[in-house]
Amino acid sequence: MRNTVQKIVQKAGNDRGRLMDILLEIQAELGYVSGEVTDQLAEELGISRVDVEQTLSFYHFFRQEPRGEYTVYLNNSLVANMMGRVEVAAAFEKEAGCKFGSVTEDGRIGLFETADIGMNDQEPAALINGKVFTNLTPLVVRELVSGMRNGKKVEDMIRNYGDGKNGSDLVRAMVHNNIKQKGSVLFSAYSPGEGLTKALQMSPEKVISEVKDSYLRGRGGAGFPTGLKWEFCRRANKEVSYVFCNADEGEPGTFKERVLLTEYPHLIFEGMAISGYAIGAKHGVLYLRNEYDYLKAYLESVLEEMHEKKLLGDRILDTEEFGFDIRIQMGAGAYVCGEESALLESSEGKRGEPRNRPPFPVEKGYMDHPTIINNAETLCNVVKILKNGSEWYTMLGSQESAGTKLISVSGDCKYPGVYEVEWGIRVKDILDLAGASNIQAVQVGGPSAECIGPADFNRTISFEDLPTGGSFIIIGNKRDLIGDVVTNFLDFFIEESCGSCTVCRTMPTILKNKIAKILTGHGVQQDLEDLQDWGSKMKMANRCGLGQTAANPVLSTLKNFREKYEGLIRKDVDFDSGFDLASAVVDSCEHVGRTPNL
Amino acid sequence: MSKPVVATTSLAGCFGCHMSLLDIDERILDLIELVEFNKSPIDDIKVFTKQCDIGLIEGGCCNSENVEVLRAFRKQCKILVSLGECAIMGGLPALRNGIPIKECIDEAYLNGPTVSENTEKILPNDDELPMLLDKVYPCHEVVKIDYYLPGCPPRADLIWNALIALVTGDEMELPYEVVKFD
Ligand SMILES: Cc1cc2nc3c(=O)[nH]c(=O)nc-3n(C[C@H](O)[C@H](O)[C@H](O)COP(=O)(O)O)c2cc1C
Ligand code: SF4
Ligand code: SF4
Repeated sequence: MRNTVQKIVQKAGNDRGRLMDILLEIQAELGYVSGEVTDQLAEELGISRVDVEQTLSFYHFFRQEPRGEYTVYLNNSLVANMMGRVEVAAAFEKEAGCKFGSVTEDGRIGLFETADIGMNDQEPAALINGKVFTNLTPLVVRELVSGMRNGKKVEDMIRNYGDGKNGSDLVRAMVHNNIKQKGSVLFSAYSPGEGLTKALQMSPEKVISEVKDSYLRGRGGAGFPTGLKWEFCRRANKEVSYVFCNADEGEPGTFKERVLLTEYPHLIFEGMAISGYAIGAKHGVLYLRNEYDYLKAYLESVLEEMHEKKLLGDRILDTEEFGFDIRIQMGAGAYVCGEESALLESSEGKRGEPRNRPPFPVEKGYMDHPTIINNAETLCNVVKILKNGSEWYTMLGSQESAGTKLISVSGDCKYPGVYEVEWGIRVKDILDLAGASNIQAVQVGGPSAECIGPADFNRTISFEDLPTGGSFIIIGNKRDLIGDVVTNFLDFFIEESCGSCTVCRTMPTILKNKIAKILTGHGVQQDLEDLQDWGSKMKMANRCGLGQTAANPVLSTLKNFREKYEGLIRKDVDFDSGFDLASAVVDSCEHVGRTPNL
Repeated sequence: MSKPVVATTSLAGCFGCHMSLLDIDERILDLIELVEFNKSPIDDIKVFTKQCDIGLIEGGCCNSENVEVLRAFRKQCKILVSLGECAIMGGLPALRNGIPIKECIDEAYLNGPTVSENTEKILPNDDELPMLLDKVYPCHEVVKIDYYLPGCPPRADLIWNALIALVTGDEMELPYEVVKFD
């Protein structure tokens, strides 16, 4: 064991900045990272034990104790629940003979839950030893568990491969792309190198101005003008700078990056190279969420191929002046690492805790060097803008939102999948495309954005109206909006908060308790006012976007579905604490052996 | 006009908040000119003898007796004030929240490092004893609380200013010094 660890650390150049990779590799070799290994790592890397532990304990997929020869991570997202996760979970527990959150006695099977794994269009889904299993049913679960009992290899349990590159040798996943609508920018004809060739004929400044003229705005959620970000970074004018592609795709309900990574990886990498040329960076990093580990070998082969074709490497397209390489940085399961500064922290081998800003990453980013972080979809757009020109691009879309957008549609509809639409499309039109009817609500932009009702279905998907990173969850009439949807989203934020800011750490739990109180018939008018009042404090009291938006599931449903809350509260009293003495003493009385005397 | 009547109690607290009340020093002489005390550890009146105007509650609820006392205070007092961190949030006693009550009891009576005499492994279960709650509750999760005075303990000046404001009906003085905590 000591030798294994030593080798892994040496391979990573004894670099503490590579702690994420080191831990992932140790886990792949040894199953988990024991206390002993933690000590050894601290020693070899010349850091303290807590430095190792704080990274190790932060991420969902790192294990400090054995989690079974077969580790099942069942997705617990809203849409998974809608599609029958509860029955699937029960089947896992029954067949394996252990509860979620534990490992069977023989150490063979571990059952765990995890947040959205980017498969909302084919739920219920789970990761088993890193491989994706979609469209699970109790029957399939029975087969899977029996396979595990018989020591079957996980890859042999996958019966059918998905479409496109999902079936290729290096991927072999049962994931389906579900590309439902192709548009004229991203899902359109492309041969690698087209954009880069054009870019290299221009000066870097000209590339930036072309991107600025296209009015391209970031597709990761915040919508910052891409050209401007690049200009800031170029102006920092330092010897070393970096390009990061954000492929963390953690917002529940988004899975468009999964499809881009599977079918258009060249486009992403080419976009990174172009941005590298524009800002004067020689190195790029693709930050890939751990849930997409099944794509890693394939993506690495694409990088190799691009090196061979001189689309990457020391002398790109045989030019003297521009070289660029890309490495893949794996995440280890943390939604907050999609936040750009947390992503950098994570890439430096630390806890994924967002940084204070300023300084912004364009001045002081990865290892303190100027860095741009762009969403994968943003970078794909860049290639097409360079190829076809900014004028072409601005013809597409709406007033303030140029181009097209990938929308990940899931939930109660006939055709879940990825749709490339022009900005400015009405919500209603997407619902029609997806074959959705009897709809109660649509969660546009994921839990951190807005939940709208039919009165708003004429609104448009655009930066000027309803901005979105791409998540579009359709919630049918039969769903319990507060009990199932809001509560599930709050659970998500409770789990994913990095814990730095007190209000982000505690408020979602307080809101959730209040909602539980309302759902059990103890809510009063004051509770609704508290939800509103306290929820709205999140914006100013927290450091990053996670905490600032974590009350949105409550605030937006309070705004758009007020009547549902009003219908649940007591009108006969103005105070009800919901406290019940009898149930509060049950456990202690039972344990000491006495009958409660109330 | 009769003087406003004040009652105080310590539930799951350490009496530090009451000590802080005494920290108003010689102003206590002014206070007894202004108000009359009823049930309170300060005058050792054990049971309510009349309706009160103001109830000051130190500590949250960790057992059934705390709940009973708190409910009695709610009945007997027009205004209830949560005094200090424990009453407002559960405070130090609430550190046990999140640990199942069974484990807490076992730690206290069977497994703890200071347990040596309990050879018969007795868990206290006499009917006379208060029953432990599953967790420690802040007061407002049990009854309606009207005002909160933060601090551990709240500063004497804060308590004084609050009492004066309640008694006179004037706006409360809240200078920065009395509500800053570090
Ligand atoms: C909690 C949180 C999670 C985020 N997750 C992602 C993500 O998964 N992917 C992404 O591109 N941006 C994500 N973002 C936004 C990034 O911080 C950043 O704005 C974006 O990557 C910039 O790229 P863009 O300008 O191309 O959109 C997240 C932000 C927050 C606050
Ligand atoms: S807002 Fe939440 S996730 Fe963001 S830094 Fe603060 S605690 Fe961490
Ligand atoms: S708030 Fe502080 S001083 Fe008051 S009872 Fe609690 S621990 Fe004691």
